[in-house]
Amino acid sequence: MDYDVVIGLEVHIQLLTDTKIFCGCSTRFGDAPNTNVCPVCLGMPGVLPVLNEKVVDFGIKLGLATNSTISEKNIFARKNYFYPDLPKGYQITQYDYPLCQKGFLDIDVDGRTKRIGITRIHMEEDAGKLIHDERQDFSYVDFNRSGVPLLEIVSEPDMSSTSDAVAYLKELRQLVMYLGICDGNMEQGSFRCDANISVKPKGASDYGIRTELKNMNSFRNVQNALEYEISRHVNLLEEGKQVEQETRLWDANAGLTRTMRTKEESHDYRYFPEPDLIPLVVDAAWVERIRKTLPELPREKRYRFVKDYGIPMYDAEVLTQQRDIADYFEACLKFIDAPKDVSNWIMTEVLRVLKEESIDIAEFNITPKMLSDMITLIKKGVISGKIAKGVFEDMHRTGKDPSLIVKEKGLLQIMDEGVLKDKAKAILDAHPKEVKSYKDGKKQLLGFFIGQLMKETKGRANPKLANKVIKGLLEG
Amino acid sequence: MLDIARRYRRDALSPVDHVRNAIQRAHDDELNVFITIDDEGALLSAEKAQERIRNREENPLLGIPIGVKDNICTKGLRTTCASNMLSNFVPPYDAFVVEMLKKNGAVILGKTNMDEFAMGSTTATSNIGPSRNPWDTEKTPGGSSGGSAAAVAAGLCAVALGSDTGGSIRQPASFCGVTGLKPTYGSVSRFGLVAFASSLDQIGPIARTALDVAVLYDAIKGYDPKDSTSVNMDYRPIALDELDVKGLRIGVPPVFFGEGLDPEVEKAVREGVSVFKELGADIVEVELPHIRYGVAVYYIVATAEASSNLARYDGVRYGWRDKESKDLFEMYVNSRSKGFNDEVKRRIMLGTYVLSAGYYDQYYEKASRVRTLIIYDFREAFKACDIIMGPTTPTPPFGIYDMLDDPLSLYLLDIYTVPANLAGLPALSIPCGFTSSGLPVGMQLMAPAFREDLLLGAGMTFQAHTRFHEERP
Repeated sequence: MDYDVVIGLEVHIQLLTDTKIFCGCSTRFGDAPNTNVCPVCLGMPGVLPVLNEKVVDFGIKLGLATNSTISEKNIFARKNYFYPDLPKGYQITQYDYPLCQKGFLDIDVDGRTKRIGITRIHMEEDAGKLIHDERQDFSYVDFNRSGVPLLEIVSEPDMSSTSDAVAYLKELRQLVMYLGICDGNMEQGSFRCDANISVKPKGASDYGIRTELKNMNSFRNVQNALEYEISRHVNLLEEGKQVEQETRLWDANAGLTRTMRTKEESHDYRYFPEPDLIPLVVDAAWVERIRKTLPELPREKRYRFVKDYGIPMYDAEVLTQQRDIADYFEACLKFIDAPKDVSNWIMTEVLRVLKEESIDIAEFNITPKMLSDMITLIKKGVISGKIAKGVFEDMHRTGKDPSLIVKEKGLLQIMDEGVLKDKAKAILDAHPKEVKSYKDGKKQLLGFFIGQLMKETKGRANPKLANKVIKGLLEG
Repeated sequence: MLDIARRYRRDALSPVDHVRNAIQRAHDDELNVFITIDDEGALLSAEKAQERIRNREENPLLGIPIGVKDNICTKGLRTTCASNMLSNFVPPYDAFVVEMLKKNGAVILGKTNMDEFAMGSTTATSNIGPSRNPWDTEKTPGGSSGGSAAAVAAGLCAVALGSDTGGSIRQPASFCGVTGLKPTYGSVSRFGLVAFASSLDQIGPIARTALDVAVLYDAIKGYDPKDSTSVNMDYRPIALDELDVKGLRIGVPPVFFGEGLDPEVEKAVREGVSVFKELGADIVEVELPHIRYGVAVYYIVATAEASSNLARYDGVRYGWRDKESKDLFEMYVNSRSKGFNDEVKRRIMLGTYVLSAGYYDQYYEKASRVRTLIIYDFREAFKACDIIMGPTTPTPPFGIYDMLDDPLSLYLLDIYTVPANLAGLPALSIPCGFTSSGLPVGMQLMAPAFREDLLLGAGMTFQAHTRFHEERP
């Protein structure tokens, strides 16, 4: 039988605010355990939460970017459960009145566009972290993360394949990074995803029984976990068995999902309105103030690049992956009208260097003007593409302008036919055997002679001219 | 308190001597009023206050020994909530009100006894045992701020701070023959008050006179950005003067004089109301139709919030931990089972129940809606009157252990005090008479939000024309 797959995703993003959601502690990642803590985020007796409004700003930003309705009336709620990393015994979150509702995100999968509904986006606080030491019979708790602000983004069950799910996650991750509200780091847990998944016989109207998947900390894990789970569901149904409604953990090493808790074991969180915080009113002026700060969104940018610059969609996707790279690309185009050349250089050389040295484009030595000047030199035939690679490295190392490098290193192309002819003659004289073979019909030796000439001129011979000169001598 | 302040300034009394004497008397106390006495800290602040008085600083709180209820955090000074759970807890921060007291130069003499986590109305649930009523040591001083009220009544300190979630300042003030104010919700910061029921809790002053209460209230009220429920507005000082009650409309709701009201209490309160009438106030009858649900609503809302507020006492970071437990679950269960006493556990269970899936709508949600109706009741009533008056409690002080096994009857005695908490309104209890056996009776004055000036002014007027507040046990 054929089956339809139904997937909904819950994404938690850690926000890039300087301080926590309900206290003034730093949100910095990686500090020594329990150093970014205070009585509030440790849940000491008698202390009270005070909302960091920056968190609301960020929430509104994402709400607007996902076409959501921003709620005027916001109520925080307590989600009650016991766990050692949860200092108050409850998490402050939003329940009945989330910040954003009824939005959507368009994604592109296999060349078609799909609209994924976003049910809600709400604000909440993160918990601390348990650290297990296998040599000890106890665990440590690090509360640095306790109170770090999160947005939870809940999608509609609108995804019908693993590729939908991954595309949605990629689009969302890119979006939050563009908005500057999250660093999108999946490994460090600042972009986390849980999935609800079910399958049903093709065309059936009722949903199948769903399972919730947790612990997928990379796109690959999401892909593998969902694929595993789909086939697990399908196999159960094929065997005439039932899928149990439960929460399962993805075990990446074993490549399978395991039961974490069954429906019977599921918590009763006893949500109720948080009495320590007054209702938060987000008025139209607040929303408008945030709307003005919205950047061009990645998907819009992608389509605009294709349309305005005539570059392929693939290039546009790569260039818009990060906002600062896209900005760099457009900055180059102010100096040179050669979008595809600029795109090629960025996609290959620039991104390679950034990756190799793991630096941001902000720390990159080659300014858009320098890169554009260099490409201009190639286009004008002053240097060859091959020489340009060396110039590129030099620019990156020294920060010097390309024309200065060309001048200092004497890298100007040899355009003088006479000079090249003299050098070429000497080469032919030195290789009589090869000349004979060429004349006997082994025409592929042309490359050999050109290579020798390039070697002799340290790559500075104009390639077209070199070709012409050698050919002329051999055949003339 | 103001008389002590005057004697300080006339050089008739030195703050250091007075505080040293107060410390000695606190140690000699047989009413079990203090959980912790801060000998060293109190003397140190007395010396500082003495210096400030010498420098002609006029603040009336300078050098005044004050008792602070043990659920109000004091930096470096044990704050136990009268619970084994927190018996060794030393807060690294001061409550907002404590900061204010220190700024004003008051001397924190010690931390006063209370019901465990402020849950009770007798102090009998305290882990150090109950305090005793100075008027009759077999009787309860009331609760939960019983230690504070008894300390003031016995003259162990001139003024004290309590907290009031459903009557915990007013009921012991009434039982001990002193004056106690539950301020408007949001007028005194809750930062540093160990939460029982966040939407109801409010810190307030207890003293002999409305005048002293007013002075202390002025010192602790005001906006605090660390408490999101603190109201940011222009707080004016209370006029330390009698209120002209001529033409003042005093609302007397029949529901406050219904079944269960002790006849002696009723008599004293009615006589108290007539004092105002004789001074020219108009007495009007007002209806509060939903008040009869007050106790039920209160015990749902308060226990629901408490069940969540007390979840943090899990033995993980601070407080009492059962060290014998073999695993996490056992540690949770044992730490909380042994760290809390019965009443606290009873309320945690009640609160957990009313918030549970399937019961939430029936209890918590419904209670919240009735709470809104009670708020509307008062809004309507205050169109017809300026102050509402009635008894603070239906009975005079009872035996310390009389009600220990009958929590439900004890809960029902909160009938007159819980409405002010549910509606967030200010309410004052002032002494208005004595029973035939010489036990104090208090009457309650309620006003619209932020009209403490009306309550305290009326209190000052009453006390200018009566002597109940001057009687000593």
